[in-house]
Amino acid sequence: MASLMHYASLHSENPAYSFSEASTIPHSEASAGPRQHAFYPYTDNGGSTLGITGETFAILAGDTRSTSGYNINTRYEPKVFRIGDDDSSPIVLSVVGFAADGKALKERLDTIVKMYKYQHGKPMSVKACAQRLSTILYQKRFFPYYVHAILGGLDEEGKGALYSYDPVGSYEREQCRAAGAAASLIMPFLDNQVNFKNQYVPGSGEGLSLKEKPREPLPLDAVVGIVKDAFTSATERHIEVGDGLQMILITKDGIKEMFTPLKRD
Amino acid sequence: MNHYPQAWGRPRNDVYGPYDHSYTHSAMPKTHTQSPAVTGTSVLGVKFKDGVVIAADNLASYGSLARFTDVKRIRTFAPNTVIGFGGDVSDMQYLDRLLQTLEINENYLSSSEHSLNARNLHTYLSKVMYKRRSDFNPLWNMMLIAGFDEDEKPFLASADLLGTTFSSPTLATGFGAHLAQPLLRRLMPNDEESVKDVTKEQAVDAVRACMKVLFYRDARSMDKYSIAVITKDGVDLKEDEKLENQSWAFADQIRGYGTQVN
Repeated sequence: MASLMHYASLHSENPAYSFSEASTIPHSEASAGPRQHAFYPYTDNGGSTLGITGETFAILAGDTRSTSGYNINTRYEPKVFRIGDDDSSPIVLSVVGFAADGKALKERLDTIVKMYKYQHGKPMSVKACAQRLSTILYQKRFFPYYVHAILGGLDEEGKGALYSYDPVGSYEREQCRAAGAAASLIMPFLDNQVNFKNQYVPGSGEGLSLKEKPREPLPLDAVVGIVKDAFTSATERHIEVGDGLQMILITKDGIKEMFTPLKRD
Repeated sequence: MNHYPQAWGRPRNDVYGPYDHSYTHSAMPKTHTQSPAVTGTSVLGVKFKDGVVIAADNLASYGSLARFTDVKRIRTFAPNTVIGFGGDVSDMQYLDRLLQTLEINENYLSSSEHSLNARNLHTYLSKVMYKRRSDFNPLWNMMLIAGFDEDEKPFLASADLLGTTFSSPTLATGFGAHLAQPLLRRLMPNDEESVKDVTKEQAVDAVRACMKVLFYRDARSMDKYSIAVITKDGVDLKEDEKLENQSWAFADQIRGYGTQVN
């Protein structure tokens, strides 16, 4: 009871914390403590990836250079991987950004897709795999996998499917997507060449009445040409892109891997 | 009741006197390695048609002080894997102990036909490194792992403090990535396809030349080094090599710093 008699005095002066204000504790300790040289757990290993879908296929591509700053670590470190059981699974993943996180992510997704088949006796659909990948990424929302992932495959109807992700798991199904160091160089090119953005039907009108060129699915050889052009151009203008181009093509007949050299300078 | 939530559940100043915070805070926070202390410099590695060469000097520096001049930074793992360490020496010794335990367990528990190859060890070490970086408690090393893979082909790969891994016919860590790697790459104009054309003598000569170049220009290097040649016959590790035929004739041509002004 005696303590309560002092209660009135609490109102008149400063609030009576029984300890100094919480915010002042870390400040005073930081100035007195040792100088901290923070460890930064990420790095950028450069490189670029892209994916394009057609009516009956999906293609994922990435250059094979790995960099640290201005150094080239190696000229051959693939960024596009097959996911799940090698024979039956029509799923391919590309990762670009921090290579160690990319590798960890790829290995996690690969095990999950394999385990799915063992447990359910059927291969995982690309749609389910896409949702699962988003969940994996979001589970590390506050210490993210520093990668831009693109997942490709064939959907239940046999059409080409492509999903692109941000590092924390936001995802979307798209017709085409470029990611990585040269994404800002490649993506506008893809908008124009795959989705026919800023292309109009000649003589269809003046100014705003011009009709947009209608979007149509591209044939495979045209898409492979676009991928190669995108990477040779990106190699020309971006120092972190080059050495080799790895392409993985997914069709109903299976998965085919292709390799083309790029400039090594 | 006091309406400041921070004050709930604590003894009141007006009753017990000012609260003594020294009971709740230790003098120093728990710290992880935020920067390396005693360090080793570059490690070099080159594949050749039937093996791998790897080299590192025998110096451990404390900042710019050449502190320990007889530190072995290359260790073997039976039967024929070799690991070269750059970066923090105490973390290297921790990893060395880890590998020693692994080696003993493998020898006791595993069947005698199977043994861990260089690729297995590289995977193991890169997972250790990635786990530690993910815990914000990194092992401050850059490592080269050399030996043979499951197909008996020469294997050379790197693992670092962030868990980043890569493989190439020639590799160099630290200063060597800038100075030695361009010289070593001249042996391999077509990367992996060139490995079959490189002889053991060519690879050893190139590595020795690069150790000399590094000694000329890397201030944290020394003229005593270790070199390991890995072939199917086993590991030939020499830990007390001296740099020979140094030529400092270029030194008096250098202008722009030091005592002379122009």
